[in-house]
Amino acid sequence: MNWDWSAVGDFLPRFWDGVLTTLEAVALGSVISFAVGLVWAFAYRAPTRLVRWPVGVVTEFIRNTPLLVQLFFFYYVLPEWGIEFSALTTGILAIGVHYSTYTMQVYRAGIEAVPPGQWEAATALSLPTRRTWTAVILPQAIRRVVPALGNYVISMLKDTPMFIGIGVLEMLGQARLQGADTFRYVEPLTVVGVAFIVIAYPASLLVRALERRLVR
Amino acid sequence: MTTGLWQHWVLPGIWITVQLTVYSAALAAAVAFGVGMARTHHLRIVRFLAGFYTEIFRGTSAVVLMFWMFFVLPLLFGWQLVPMWAAVLALGLSYGAYGAEVVRGALNSVATAQREAGVALSFTPWQRMRLIMLPQAVPEMIPPFSNLLIELLKGTALVSLLGIADTSFAAYLVRLATQESAKIYSISLVIYFVLAFVLSRGMRALERKTKANIGRPSEPGLLRNLSLRRSSDDADERLKDLTETGGVA
Repeated sequence: MNWDWSAVGDFLPRFWDGVLTTLEAVALGSVISFAVGLVWAFAYRAPTRLVRWPVGVVTEFIRNTPLLVQLFFFYYVLPEWGIEFSALTTGILAIGVHYSTYTMQVYRAGIEAVPPGQWEAATALSLPTRRTWTAVILPQAIRRVVPALGNYVISMLKDTPMFIGIGVLEMLGQARLQGADTFRYVEPLTVVGVAFIVIAYPASLLVRALERRLVR
Repeated sequence: MTTGLWQHWVLPGIWITVQLTVYSAALAAAVAFGVGMARTHHLRIVRFLAGFYTEIFRGTSAVVLMFWMFFVLPLLFGWQLVPMWAAVLALGLSYGAYGAEVVRGALNSVATAQREAGVALSFTPWQRMRLIMLPQAVPEMIPPFSNLLIELLKGTALVSLLGIADTSFAAYLVRLATQESAKIYSISLVIYFVLAFVLSRGMRALERKTKANIGRPSEPGLLRNLSLRRSSDDADERLKDLTETGGVA
């Protein structure tokens, strides 16, 4: 069987729909993971073990179990509890929560990487806690964490094809649909595979450039 | 849930997951060492090809690669892979690319004087690699490899999308049979977590052994730190690791 460019052309309308869905999932998933990860990170700094312990156990569990199974869990179990979402929303929530346990580690490392002298200086100047965080710690921590967060956005992009399991028509879903309609799998699947490299490789170059600029 | 479902689907499913993890990890390790060492080769063309491989396989998604191997390879080249081997090939090749970065990083972190000493003693390049570089680099690789191995275990769940009867496929079937989604999906998540825990302890034992071989101290106790992921104590170092391995490890 050989390559047929017209099959590529036929796939393009669906492909662009898929690209949009994929990018939407990555964008919203990133926002959720950045926000929830921050909550985990602060909860893990709580002074009492009663908070630290459960947070540690829950995030460790989420981080070390497959996203695909979590996706099915969200998709089949939430409706049983009376919470109904569309497949795409379910997917975005699942990927956001899964990656929040990774961004949590990034935030923790970012905060711990701020030299202790900075904390001491803030105490010596008797800055209130709020000022210490907003004016001293966070501005230095955020610079350090941006590249690592960027990497997780790229990882998230590469995990969105899992949404095919719950019937979301992102890039891979569209390719499979096209294959089922036209009996040609070669072109759609190859186009999607190349598309991932075309998006992910420049993105990873960008992250490396950011790393050189922002870290030290 | 009846014992029949356990015996016919869940337990064989766990066995398939274990097999997939072992085979893909073996392939990934071979690829990681081969490509990782090639990236430190003195010929530019070898370095370029190895770099090209890592960028391509890190750039694409393991799920897409798996579908591609399953649907496209047979049509394009006329050989049909058994689903299990298409999965092993896809997982091994893509996680091997991540592993290659780990190998390269660890080889580069061995002190230059060590390599120069090998040159001065007129070791061949292969002797230098085998007797000087690798023994010192391997203990450095194990914590990131341990993280990658857990990612690989998580990645094996993807094979259920191709209809291979692994743990998550068994969960799907049991859900259809019993209509109790919460129960079976919680159980399968716990199964994966237990497997990940066992893998992380195994890797820690391996780290102690490789460190002992070159006379370096290792932290005591396999149950001391219950966290599954390994990371450096130094926060800056940790951030660098998170960035360099493409986030996966």
